[in-house]
Amino acid sequence: MSLPRSLSPLGRAMATPLGGLAGGWLILVILAAVLAPVLTPYDYDIQNLPQSFRAPDAEHWLGTDEFGRDLLTRILFGARTSLSVAVTSILISVAAGMILGALAGYLGGRFDRIVTTLVDLTWSFPEILVALILVAIIGPGATGTMVAIAVAYLAQFTRLTRAQVMAIRAETYVEAARSLGASDAHILIRHLIPNALAPVLVTAMLSTGDAIILEATLGFFGLGAQPPVPSWGSMMSSGSALLFKAPWIIIFPGLAVAAAVIAINVFGGALIAALDVRSRPREG
Amino acid sequence: MLLSVEDLSVHIGVINPLSDLSFGVDRGQILGLVGESGSGKSLTAMAVMGLLPLIGGRISAGRILFDGTDLAKLPEAALRGYRGRRIALVTQNPMTALDPVVRVGRQVDVMGRMHLGLSADEARRRTIELLTRLRIPEAQAVCEAYPHQLSGGMKQRIVIAIALAGEPDLIVADEPTTALDVTVQAQIIHLLGELVRDRGLGMLLITHDMGVVAQVCDQVAVLYAGRLAESRPAEALFEHPLHPYTSALIGCIPRDGMAPGSLHGIAGAVPSVARYPAGCRFHPRCPRAGEICARQTPELTELTGAGRLACHFPLEGTHG
Repeated sequence: MSLPRSLSPLGRAMATPLGGLAGGWLILVILAAVLAPVLTPYDYDIQNLPQSFRAPDAEHWLGTDEFGRDLLTRILFGARTSLSVAVTSILISVAAGMILGALAGYLGGRFDRIVTTLVDLTWSFPEILVALILVAIIGPGATGTMVAIAVAYLAQFTRLTRAQVMAIRAETYVEAARSLGASDAHILIRHLIPNALAPVLVTAMLSTGDAIILEATLGFFGLGAQPPVPSWGSMMSSGSALLFKAPWIIIFPGLAVAAAVIAINVFGGALIAALDVRSRPREG
Repeated sequence: MLLSVEDLSVHIGVINPLSDLSFGVDRGQILGLVGESGSGKSLTAMAVMGLLPLIGGRISAGRILFDGTDLAKLPEAALRGYRGRRIALVTQNPMTALDPVVRVGRQVDVMGRMHLGLSADEARRRTIELLTRLRIPEAQAVCEAYPHQLSGGMKQRIVIAIALAGEPDLIVADEPTTALDVTVQAQIIHLLGELVRDRGLGMLLITHDMGVVAQVCDQVAVLYAGRLAESRPAEALFEHPLHPYTSALIGCIPRDGMAPGSLHGIAGAVPSVARYPAGCRFHPRCPRAGEICARQTPELTELTGAGRLACHFPLEGTHG
């Protein structure tokens, strides 16, 4: 495959057929979420009871819910909640996990033991349980959900970064850098973290998919964004009681979750291939 | 003397893999430190660089005088000021000595910026100068390459450039050519020789390859099982080796016009640190060993010409 070498890893992931399809869908969803107020003539929170339980038609493409609100509008606004909560919490999780993991892996000793023990403790519970406990402590809502998801995934990024750093620490070029007078900070920032970055970023990408599911799950339990602000999870929750009367109320938010998660996983796969500098074509 | 190692002993825990090592390197001079795997060559390099703590080792006796300062007594913080700036290491394997995700130009630049306080542009200008000096064609383009895009010989030149970029006085080269093709080996060795003479650097060349030593070294120190066997000017040593081990090592160099089957190895292997034999450590493999060799460690004696020797029954029977 001969791709122009000027492309960034993201660009090279987009240039593969599957990666392009998945990436295209993600861009579409993000744009739709950002432009939601412009794209739809309806409001996501104004009840219109005469219009309730309308099946999908030309006026309401995905139908209406039990309060007569346009379902497509609510899915678009729901995307804002679901995506921003998932992405923000993963970003927090990656940043904190990389700092903890890199320091633990590099410093070793007591700091490493403390971090490893704490991380193993959260690792031994399912993510959903950790998240539920935290939401119970912090209180439901977007902020609580964000923190809960961030902590739920902290363990995996800490462990991954720590393992990477410990492996890379033993590489000759790290010893060489030290023998040429580099400081600990220089070695950590210039050599260890850049070399540990690729697998962490790919895991972060894939975990964003899991975080969307976790956010939807918390929403389904009524612990996420509070009404009337829609999220995909809370929409499915209200639709579950009406499964036989108006199946579209639960099906379309569910499809939105599934499509976003599949797209993220496929795109993450394309990114794995693109991030490896060694897979770049040789120059001249 | 730029570097003068005196009676150096190294301990790792309770074991003592290196004892009573002495040698000196002058400016414009290459000292070859020779020995088989396990003889303590790389440990010596680590001791000189002050990197023994990394492998849990320490200097238990002796001095490492560099430009008049005893490096063995300096704390880690002070040693960092020497590494890269005054003493630079050329590592064993160029395939793994470069960071795979950083463009090679930057890896050279960083030395000038870190040690000489140069700006990014100045450092890059010097990097290109240096690479050109090391006969790397299209230095500008090579700077933008990642290590995996370069050949082994090219990578070793980059590693050498990194070592030179801090303008050190002493280069410690630990098996700089072992991982390279024979044809490239000669180029790199001659390049190193040239640099040392042109720039008035001192170089400690660590190798197991007597052929490499014969090509460029001024002085040779032969190590066996953590002890010095013989240390003399290169020319004299190759002409009349005194220690049977040196003679056996020289016998291992392939020569032009050799009859098939006449290239000799040395029977047996270097004993492991835990099982050093009593007396002369070479005696189980030595063709000249007598009864005393198993009992008494031969004293390291100054030769009347120049150099040192530790053997009860040296070849030619004379001390100098």
